[in-house]
Amino acid sequence: MFGLKADWSLDIKQRYFTLGDYIGGEPRWCPGCGDHAVLTTVQRICRDKQLPPEKTVTVSGIGCSSRMPHYVGTYGFHGIHGRALPVACGIKSRRPELDIWVATGDGDCYSIGAGHWLHAVRYNMNMTVLVFDNSIYGLTKKQTSPTTPIGFKSNTHPKGAILAPLNPLTATLGISNVSFLAQTIDWNPAHLYETIKAAHDHRGFSLVNIIQRCPVFSPEAFKHLQEDPSNLLLLTHEKGIPVEKNISRLFPNQQEHDPSNMSEAYDVALPKLPKPVGLLYHNPDVPCYEDFSSVGKDMGVEEKLAGLNTALDQFAI
Amino acid sequence: MTKETSQPVKNNDATSKTPKRIDEHIVEIVSDSGEGAQKAGQTFGTISAKMGNGVWTVEIIPAEIQPPTRSPAGASGIRVRLGSHYMTNMGDAADIVVALNEQVLYSRIATHAYKPGTVILLENKWETDPNPEIREQYKTAVAEFRENGLVVHEVPMEEECLKHTPKPRLGKNMFVLGMLCHIYSRDLEKGNNEIEATFGRKGKKVVEINQNLLQAGYDFAQGNLDYWYEIPPWKRDSTDPLIVNNGNQAVGLGVMASGMDLVSMYPITPATSASHYLAEVYDKVGGFVHQAEDEIAAVGFAIGSSYAGKTACTITSGPGLALKTEFLALAVMTEIPLVVVVVQRGGPSTGLPTKVEQGDLLASLYGEPGDTPKIVIAAATIEECFHFVIMARKLAETFRTTVILLTDANLATGVQPYPRPKAKAEWMAAPIDQSDWKKGVPPFDWDEETGLSPRPIVGQAGGQYVLTGLAHTNNSKVAYDRESNQRGCNMRSRKLATLYSTLKPPKIHGDQEGDLLMVGWGSTLGAIEEAVDKMRAEGHKVSSLHLRFLSPLEPGLKEIFSRFKKVLTVEINYSDEADAPLIESGNRRYSQLAVLLRTQTLVDVDCWGNVYGQPMQPGLICEELFRHLNAMKGEN
Repeated sequence: MFGLKADWSLDIKQRYFTLGDYIGGEPRWCPGCGDHAVLTTVQRICRDKQLPPEKTVTVSGIGCSSRMPHYVGTYGFHGIHGRALPVACGIKSRRPELDIWVATGDGDCYSIGAGHWLHAVRYNMNMTVLVFDNSIYGLTKKQTSPTTPIGFKSNTHPKGAILAPLNPLTATLGISNVSFLAQTIDWNPAHLYETIKAAHDHRGFSLVNIIQRCPVFSPEAFKHLQEDPSNLLLLTHEKGIPVEKNISRLFPNQQEHDPSNMSEAYDVALPKLPKPVGLLYHNPDVPCYEDFSSVGKDMGVEEKLAGLNTALDQFAI
Repeated sequence: MTKETSQPVKNNDATSKTPKRIDEHIVEIVSDSGEGAQKAGQTFGTISAKMGNGVWTVEIIPAEIQPPTRSPAGASGIRVRLGSHYMTNMGDAADIVVALNEQVLYSRIATHAYKPGTVILLENKWETDPNPEIREQYKTAVAEFRENGLVVHEVPMEEECLKHTPKPRLGKNMFVLGMLCHIYSRDLEKGNNEIEATFGRKGKKVVEINQNLLQAGYDFAQGNLDYWYEIPPWKRDSTDPLIVNNGNQAVGLGVMASGMDLVSMYPITPATSASHYLAEVYDKVGGFVHQAEDEIAAVGFAIGSSYAGKTACTITSGPGLALKTEFLALAVMTEIPLVVVVVQRGGPSTGLPTKVEQGDLLASLYGEPGDTPKIVIAAATIEECFHFVIMARKLAETFRTTVILLTDANLATGVQPYPRPKAKAEWMAAPIDQSDWKKGVPPFDWDEETGLSPRPIVGQAGGQYVLTGLAHTNNSKVAYDRESNQRGCNMRSRKLATLYSTLKPPKIHGDQEGDLLMVGWGSTLGAIEEAVDKMRAEGHKVSSLHLRFLSPLEPGLKEIFSRFKKVLTVEINYSDEADAPLIESGNRRYSQLAVLLRTQTLVDVDCWGNVYGQPMQPGLICEELFRHLNAMKGEN
């Protein structure tokens, strides 16, 4: 009938996820906050990669950034301050098929959760870790964070921050098993998208430090970067973050940097200015901890009972 | 063979033709650490268990990592209590002690481990040591011990061992084992087999030397010591096979049997050996031990796994429990199943890391910020260490909450035979549900009666929700209204009431009514019941009950308490003595179980305990009971 062949078939995707599938509650961030840009970028990447929302988990700690799980339509875990990474690693440990996103901040990750940051890099479990680095504590209203510039006046240091800021890039590069480290800026959507997408593509622990504006508590911390792009250094390379010409010309300072070159990555990361934007370091060959931790996850009950009996045999009298 | 200068070794009480039949004995081997005393004692315990005796062994652990040799602080060794009945505790004073130097005995004497009449078989090589100071110390000590009633026999262990090995320090423990094998009429072939099993990997020659030393010790005791006993086997009601292990190994086996496939831990004494054991064998059931970067990460990792549907376990001790508290509160509030095993010890820091205490009861119940209703259970025997882990996982998943299982250093290192568990498939966790989540069912679909609700597991399409530590509605949405948090707290608390309604009142050991009821929990069970049996045999109206559920408490306590003139908790915990200076009813600090029972029952529960860092001993309990019974007579 109608001249159709018997083997007629059409490849129809069983489910197609729209942006709406990745939208949760309405964001309650301040107008002008850089977090909005990160959120929509993540949602677009989820849509573009068609990640099943039920197989995706967004994990966070506490802070402005950590509200993110509430705003995405995946499974979410909004835990306690500084502890997003142990939870995320635990989820991954026996369910390596799940797609894990972590939203954390400069206080959550680099201060209260600093121990977990170091060790999560070492575990190198496959997850995309977005550090919303606004150089200030926002949720608790303007306290000095580890990345707050020296001299910056906050509620805990009204005369100006005493200590030089922590450099999360050089610190991360110093941790064994580091496998993916990038930095981007919230006000360049194209670069933000490509960076986070590359991070998600990488199998391993991808850490993206996102320089993210807080228009309420630390607007002046980023002014010099936004107003004078020569304070930024665009990293370019065929193995780096792809950059279109129209984006590239926004950056007067550029450097060809091979992301497999660790010592060059360190040189790029070290100076206070210009701040590098792009992929600092990438090693796709670092083993992932879940390859060890998930061994045996599908063992059947019969085999487990046999294993238990062997163990009991050792104590038999 | 014994030196002329030694005390006469022949014991007039025993005849050399047949061994003396006894019901039980307590044996200790004490030495510097590294001399293999624990190995010898464990093997002796295993041989005895294999010959059908009831056995309880407990390690004597030095307080320091590398204490100087020949120092009281360095006392390392083992106590083995063996007899013709089921053994539940370490007992009181030792009957026979083998000591490899005299100095280590001082620390044992300080803990009242011996009594007048305790026999000490003492290595005598120090008597002729090239160092005059050591010779003097030895002489002084031996004289002192004898003055205090200890029966010291000086034995040339080194000299005898040198006939078989150029390095007697390494093999002397097998000589000691050989002596004990003769003294207690053990089957030497069983000793040879144990040596074969232990040293087989190191080659034939090592096995041979050790077996020769074993034989030498046996022959020496036969030829020179008149201590010769027979302890008939324990007459069991059943012929079911037994296994023998310590409480931490039992916890590890329980983890495997429960079907939990992840243990996330950070090293802490005395909990760590449970994870050591699991790390060795867990792969047989497909499991994994994660060593986290700290205690907080350890529980966070377990919570992550549990959240994703693979209920996990974290094993720790008191200081670790303290560090985990915020995460525990989160797990309870967000209704994530989680099993936490707390192997209790004394105090923070390196406090009393190797010593026993029951000090984490109230911390387990109330240690978290905010209202954190969780299930707290306590194992009283090594067998329960196994079965309670299985129960803990089931409770955690059924009630969608945290279960804390309390054990302690006494159970962790105590070794006891118990019926071999018959592994069952229903003990194991079911595979996780990945079917579509039923439309319209919220993530916290609380049953108003029970507080229970089904849990969406990551991967279930349509079940996506955001777990949050913020006050939330049954949809897991952040809530700012006043009713939502109140309701969530109601529902979580109701789950404990639901569990309570399923529990039976505890059994009473002894008469159902009487003068005094002791209430205990955890590892003190054996000592308490042994004390009750002794007191009842002497005509005293004393009973005991032992709690396994601490949160919720077991039902019927108030009614049971009303049948006794006095109720007394017995704990390895601190309390002010009622008649101490400045103490009156308004400021007396009660021990932890007493605080709980007084609050819940409004009965004037008294308490007794100590923080000696030692397992509870039946003799000490009896002394205390006499004090109370006499005082009660005085009141009448």
